[in-house]
Amino acid sequence: MTSAAPHPSLLAESVKDAAVAAFLAAVLGFFFFALRTDIGTGGLDLTYRWGLWFTATAIVFAVRLALNLLVFKTRNPVTQHIKITASESTLSGIGRVLGPVLLIVAATLPFLVMWLFPNRDRQFIDLAILIMTYVMLGWGLNIVVGLAGLLDLGYVAFYAVGAYSFALMAQYFGFGFWMALPLAGLLAAMWGVILGFPVLRLRGDYLAIVTLAFGEIIRVVLLNWYEFTGGPDGISGIPKPSFFGLEFSRTGGFAEFFGLPYDSIHRFVYLYYIILLLALITNFVTLRLRRLPIGRAWEALREDEIACRSLGINTTNTKLTAFAIGAMFGGFAGSFFATRQGFISPESFTFLESAIILAIVVLGGLGSQIGVVIASVVMIGGIELLRNLGFLKEIFGPDFEPTQYRMLIFGLAMVLIMVWKPRGIISSRNPSAVYKERKKIGSDMVAQGEGH
Amino acid sequence: METAMNTTPAHNWDHNVVLSVEHLTMRFGGLLAVNDLSFNVGRGDITALIGPNGAGKTTVFNCVTGFYKPTEGRIVMRHGNDLQSEKVEALTRTGRQHDIGKDSAVFLLERMPDFEISKRAKVARTFQNIRLFGGMTALENLLVAQHNPLMIASSMTIGGIFNLPGFRKARAEAIDFAAYWLEKTGLIERADDPAADLPYGDQRRLEIARAMCTRPHLLCLDEPAAGLNPRESTELNQLLQYIRRDHGTSILLIEHDMGVVMEISDHVVVLDYGEKISDGNPDHVKNDPKVISAYLGVDEEEVATIEEIAEDLPEIAAKAAALKEHKGEASGQAATAEPPAAASEIVVEGAENHPGAQPSGLRQPRSDKPDDLTRVKGIGSVNERKLNALGIWHYDQVAAWKKKEVEWVGSYLAFPGRIEREDWVKQAKALAKGVAGKKSGKGGKS
Repeated sequence: MTSAAPHPSLLAESVKDAAVAAFLAAVLGFFFFALRTDIGTGGLDLTYRWGLWFTATAIVFAVRLALNLLVFKTRNPVTQHIKITASESTLSGIGRVLGPVLLIVAATLPFLVMWLFPNRDRQFIDLAILIMTYVMLGWGLNIVVGLAGLLDLGYVAFYAVGAYSFALMAQYFGFGFWMALPLAGLLAAMWGVILGFPVLRLRGDYLAIVTLAFGEIIRVVLLNWYEFTGGPDGISGIPKPSFFGLEFSRTGGFAEFFGLPYDSIHRFVYLYYIILLLALITNFVTLRLRRLPIGRAWEALREDEIACRSLGINTTNTKLTAFAIGAMFGGFAGSFFATRQGFISPESFTFLESAIILAIVVLGGLGSQIGVVIASVVMIGGIELLRNLGFLKEIFGPDFEPTQYRMLIFGLAMVLIMVWKPRGIISSRNPSAVYKERKKIGSDMVAQGEGH
Repeated sequence: METAMNTTPAHNWDHNVVLSVEHLTMRFGGLLAVNDLSFNVGRGDITALIGPNGAGKTTVFNCVTGFYKPTEGRIVMRHGNDLQSEKVEALTRTGRQHDIGKDSAVFLLERMPDFEISKRAKVARTFQNIRLFGGMTALENLLVAQHNPLMIASSMTIGGIFNLPGFRKARAEAIDFAAYWLEKTGLIERADDPAADLPYGDQRRLEIARAMCTRPHLLCLDEPAAGLNPRESTELNQLLQYIRRDHGTSILLIEHDMGVVMEISDHVVVLDYGEKISDGNPDHVKNDPKVISAYLGVDEEEVATIEEIAEDLPEIAAKAAALKEHKGEASGQAATAEPPAAASEIVVEGAENHPGAQPSGLRQPRSDKPDDLTRVKGIGSVNERKLNALGIWHYDQVAAWKKKEVEWVGSYLAFPGRIEREDWVKQAKALAKGVAGKKSGKGGKS
């Protein structure tokens, strides 16, 4: 920043403003911070907490002063500075290396974890599985929202269909994971088409509302159809996946066959590789589809539906395939979720899940594959990280529970990202076909489709 | 119009028809946007659809390309060289959408959904407000236009996912075809730039290139020259000539730029208020008095100003004089048989300069009150005053007009053709009947 030294009048003004804010905070906070009443013998005990009151006032003064000096009153607010430095070109440079690096890390992750954190490997691999599930869901939803531009607020419905398909097939017909997986995907795709039909003519907010309702309908049906789905009791005892027929059991299973000492970690590593494979298939298919006429038609649909129709594209079928393929990957992920948990209930498929998946896609940047990975790691990993911030208890006292603040932190992070990069972390678009030179397309050119 | 058809030799658009619009009517609630419109588009012709703002041109386009379903009428698209009249009639009776033969086909566009019209009937279009895929590169835009053949080549995506050689070949060909059109439209340097980044003129050309990538038989362009500078306009003319000449694609275009229209089109159809007012080659249309008046925007409220304009337009006067001479020879005897001066009590200055015959007028309205002539649709207060000056006070006087009188009044009021079109005579007859009825009713009571 060129004007490093703030103008004296700016400083004076800022201090004055901060003092006013601090005074207001002191007055308003007097009864909340400074005085405390407890039920005591024969009435109320009054305790004074001058220290707390003073600290709160001081915090208001300091933060207000900092904001005044750096953001509100200065000619070069730091927020602007952040925007300028984080240009698209540097990010795309990182992005080129980021993909392969992330892939290598993902492929070796369980062994890295076992080597680096031998005591907590189970917990970390489990977290990695969870993140990977969300990556896959994000990639699946990216087809519908990012490519075809159809805002879907009920994506969790397909996740639920996949999970319940497998659980019910296992319960009623004794199907194993590998046999149920493709069927669960097909069923979810079918539900995608069923949802697709009524919403074909809808645009914008109306589309979003109907998909939202669809997500809730599925959950409510699962909750109330007690005889079939077990209702709120859920379904337990869902079989674990086998490795070419080998169970991960203490005797006669995977470990014995390969002559390894039995360790429960084997199953976690195996689950991790299953979801990694499923996610990579999702990614591969999405990337391939983008370069095929169908994927290009999706993107064209997002850009301009009327122009699509004038070029002979059947927009009905195009939308339905987007819904179906997105739903299919949701179904695969759901099926995996069921086998990993061993128990499912409608509780796991609330609107919040849809919102988180959509947030991952939006924060990552609509249509960006690597953006989804970054957003999943940050959002899901970040939430889990809060559980492990034990040192915060030493600062704020033993009652402090950081996970209670996760939504607050979550919201703050979202606001920051949207200020910094309003179109998501990776917002530029890669062209699907190149004549001479591959050029990134800036986010300001790319349309967002319906409902944004 | 009929005389024009008869006198000139048969036009290409009469016998070699690629698209025929027959009795097309489009109603939006109470608004009649297009009324019983019929015209043909000749194979290999550049046909221009012109008319003042709000004449219904874009509505016709939207009907042809399936974005609107017409209220009434038939729109026939033909592949192959014949008129295939029996096929069309047979198809109309069956309720099917198309009849595709070996090397000829007939499509009833009003029955087909919009995307099928582009896909099967091979009618491509551009839009008045450019509709490109802004976030996709120029090349991608042209690849989207080749969606249907590429879909088949990718065996409905399955073969494409596994990147089978058949699909790879088809994709390479599609890129070549796109590059060909980018070359032709001078956009090859910008192939990898997003469409939204291109300058306006380039976007217009890219939209044409995209439409051509669907390999159309008929290309419909909605104001392709709008917003172009003169040089770009000339380039556009060349491009359209090239498309017609080297690809045999027929072109139907809406255009306001008369320079473009007169220079490149073979056939011009003029619309006003949703009706066809003229149809013919550019020269014919240029000199059609109805077209001139429609384009001057003659309105009864504006007649005063129009007269001022008319002074600057000796063409109209010359035209009128020529017509008068023509008519005078043909029906000279009839005209002299009943001298206009004797028929009318009113003598108007320069009456002999108008073709036809001055209608008879009265110095005073018959009863103390004249009829309200503004109730005739098309007569405003200015024209009412003018008609009163001619001694026309009553509906029955208007109702009594013959063709000659109509022609004379039309010329006198400086909007030839309009009286016929709005059919003042018929309206006046109906109104006159109403007046008579009222009077007799009153008489009966008293």
